[in-house]
Amino acid sequence: MTDKMQISDGSDQPPSWRERHQSGIRQLRLYAHTFSKNGSAMLGLGIVLVFLITAAIGPSLVPYPEDAQGVIHLEIKLKAPDADHWFGTDEVGDDVFTRVVVGARVSLQIGLIVTGIAVLIGVPLGMMAGFIGGWIGEAIMRFTDVFLAVPGLILAIAIVGALGPGIENAMLALSLVWWPGYVRLVQAKTLSLKNSIYVDAARSMGASNTRIVFVHILPNCSSPIVVKASMDMGMAILAAASLGFLGLGAQPPFPEWGAMISVGRNYLPDWWWYSFFPGLFILLTVLGFNLMGDGLRDILDPRSRE
Amino acid sequence: MTDTPFFSIRDYRLNFETFDGTYQVLDGVNLDLARGQSLGIVGETGCGKSVTVRNILGLLPSPPAKVISGEILFEGRDLLRISKSEMQRIRGVEIAMIFQDPMTYLNPVFTIGLQMIDVIMAHQRNKPRSEKRNRRQARDHAIEMLRRVHLPNPDQQINNYPHQLSGGMRQRVLIAMALSGNPKLLVADEPTTALDVTIQAQILDLIAELVEELGLSVILITHDLGVVAKICDRVAVMYAGQVVEYGSIEELYDTPLHPYTQGLLQSIPHPEKMMDELAGIPGFLPNLLNPPVGCRFQDRCEKVMAVCKTSSPVGATVSGSHNVACHLIDHGDGDA
Amino acid sequence: MLEVLDLDVNFATKSGKKGAVTRAVNGVTLTLEKGNSLGLVGESGSGKTTVGRTVLGLNHVSAGKVMFDGERTRDKAGQFKPRFRSRAQMVFQDPHSALNPRMTILRSVSEPLILHTKLRGAKLRQRVCELLEIVGLQQQFLYRYPHELSGGQKQRVCIARAIALNPELLVLDEPTSALDVSVQAQILEFLKSIQKQLDLTYLFISHNLAVVRYVCNKTAVMYLGQIVEQGDTEEVFNNPQHPYTKALLAAVPLPKSGQPRRSTPLQGDIPSPVNLPKGCFFHTRCSEAIAGRCDNKPVQNTTLPDGRQVRCVLFEGDVSQARETAGLVDPV
Repeated sequence: MTDKMQISDGSDQPPSWRERHQSGIRQLRLYAHTFSKNGSAMLGLGIVLVFLITAAIGPSLVPYPEDAQGVIHLEIKLKAPDADHWFGTDEVGDDVFTRVVVGARVSLQIGLIVTGIAVLIGVPLGMMAGFIGGWIGEAIMRFTDVFLAVPGLILAIAIVGALGPGIENAMLALSLVWWPGYVRLVQAKTLSLKNSIYVDAARSMGASNTRIVFVHILPNCSSPIVVKASMDMGMAILAAASLGFLGLGAQPPFPEWGAMISVGRNYLPDWWWYSFFPGLFILLTVLGFNLMGDGLRDILDPRSRE
Repeated sequence: MTDTPFFSIRDYRLNFETFDGTYQVLDGVNLDLARGQSLGIVGETGCGKSVTVRNILGLLPSPPAKVISGEILFEGRDLLRISKSEMQRIRGVEIAMIFQDPMTYLNPVFTIGLQMIDVIMAHQRNKPRSEKRNRRQARDHAIEMLRRVHLPNPDQQINNYPHQLSGGMRQRVLIAMALSGNPKLLVADEPTTALDVTIQAQILDLIAELVEELGLSVILITHDLGVVAKICDRVAVMYAGQVVEYGSIEELYDTPLHPYTQGLLQSIPHPEKMMDELAGIPGFLPNLLNPPVGCRFQDRCEKVMAVCKTSSPVGATVSGSHNVACHLIDHGDGDA
Repeated sequence: MLEVLDLDVNFATKSGKKGAVTRAVNGVTLTLEKGNSLGLVGESGSGKTTVGRTVLGLNHVSAGKVMFDGERTRDKAGQFKPRFRSRAQMVFQDPHSALNPRMTILRSVSEPLILHTKLRGAKLRQRVCELLEIVGLQQQFLYRYPHELSGGQKQRVCIARAIALNPELLVLDEPTSALDVSVQAQILEFLKSIQKQLDLTYLFISHNLAVVRYVCNKTAVMYLGQIVEQGDTEEVFNNPQHPYTKALLAAVPLPKSGQPRRSTPLQGDIPSPVNLPKGCFFHTRCSEAIAGRCDNKPVQNTTLPDGRQVRCVLFEGDVSQARETAGLVDPV
């Protein structure tokens, strides 16, 4: 409670950083505490951390770095997992473990880029639709609805089909289908915040629309955006893998999880490790981001504050 | 008073266990209510008045709530310790409750008739078959109840959805629903706080009428000292989880003895007379996580003494039924 | 200082029939002199808050005008003139939702200063500290967030923000109805003291008659967007004339012993402002309504000898004469 905090004396000394931010620090500690009490969220966070570390330093630690680009060692092709090749080898003798670990970095890039572009397109549009309203808002929302009406993956397939397969085009296509969700989210939130009393108060003080949007509305929309973005990371990775699996995303021998499964499924069930390990990593990563996102929602939801 | 009182709360202690620690929310609450009487519980936000009555019908989630000691006796049964099925038989049938915002307690997608019939049918689960009403009779009973609470055109209104009614009418519906089980005790938690003053006057008049004509007993929770004075026989003032003063309306309003009660009464602007100054009560509610040793009101009390910081005052009967928990009273100079 | 003339405010109803309008304010005229405080009382739906918001340019105006020191507050296009922003400020009902939850108290209180002055940095912080001192808050609150403060403290912060630019007029919209009585008493005391100290004029909107009586020297009673009675507070409370004012005063339960349990309250609900009653708006609930007159012809404002204005047929020339000859009570 508030009365535990120290009172600064009445001097004109500018307050220390710690003093100025003690409320924020306390809030963070409460978040950390609530989050750590949530078992599945902690599991999600753990998975995500492992994934991030793997993506960051994994590629420089793997046993056979050259295998990532598809060097051919036919003499050791399709070997079952053993001490040299923990996840076995594929049809040209590349180490599956190496390729899966390098694939983590690829997936992280895909997730960040797709979600990032979606946020950059979706949030400003949603903000405009909610705040300006009128025919502009209506036009933005109907345009969004058109995108939402077509299943995202199918639309992405169509776009990649037109642009030609490849990892860059796959990311571009996914970004283009991913933003409508943010428009809906931000528009709804902006609409309700626009009529909140503190926005009214700011307006009665003469605040400009720009100030109202950036100072009063955007910061209060940030929690749901963060929650959605963290969940979308997993979903974008899954979608990119799906494109890869269909042969529309990354092309073999590029170490992308979806593309690896796509090739590996021809060797099922006898050489199961070839598609099993990339699949397991997709599953864990998506699960991790989702569990973490759920946990974030629990702590960032403003209704549970106070 | 008889040996088994109609309703009484004895030494009721309750904690909330949360992230911050254990809040000592109720600290030794004692209250009595005789049949046919109405008791008002007043106090400000955080004084524990709602918490006190929520557990009468077992409505507090646990955790965080944890009963430490005490009993809530209703016709000899301890409501804190009876089984779930027994509580189910008491809820709505012997004790009914109404709340501040009727809209939250009515389902917006069903007509009020359907909701009332469901309640009436649920109340008779444990009755012998011969006494049970069928749905048609339940509907007639619902209309009769709506008429009882003076809802205009009950036989048409029964087909309306909650949003088609005004706030005052919704509160009438909720009261009708509460009455449909023919309860002996009605617990009303801020029933008129959300209403306009002319509508509040209508609902208060209705409650007074029900007490008078049906012999209903009422526990009324409110922050409005005026509402209590208008329709209650007795009043308990709560502060920080304790009953600080308890007595009849005359005793408490004419000769308030506890400094908190006095402060409250001097804080209310009076619509009938011009006042020069409102006293107010400086300071804040103590932190119930770590309540002060001694009297919980000590930090805000003008008449605080050394003894207030070392020992908690116990309720002492001053005269008649007037009970005050204050060291000023123990020292015999209470009416100074 | 403030004049509201024949103000009408209509809103398009969100749902329901096309073209239906909520007539929130219907011909409100009031004047407020410098240093006075006018209480605007009424039940929900009476339009009192809309009047307050319109004075500050937060609502559009359907007809009529708002003048400040004899000058219209809106330009020809109906836009609120920005220079009036710093002269009149509002304090809202619920202090919790009137503060941005993501802003520290320092940032919230500095907002009007940033918008209208050149104060920045240490000087800005110093001014905010001064303001907090005026409202009785210590410096320790500067870097707190609203959810860490109690209701009374938050309302003090809102008041500090409202007086930051030295406004002349404060519109107080139910400033204490979300607060406990002991805190309400402190805020009311404090509002009275800063009124003297800073030479403020108050437009005080409240449903709580007792609070209005305590703070205001003038009172206007509103019902369905009209002022039904206005005059000196003491006159209105001690000797109410309009049947609605009488009923409103009678409906307030008093904090004292010995009141009758049962009373005969005003029946029925307030009619919808979408479908206003014909004639006098109050005739559907009025115990003194004259059939054929009140439900038929609109009523005019009558000024009584003591300067009070009442909008009731009973005081219009012909009816009051008829009543006098019939030996009924003298209206004043």
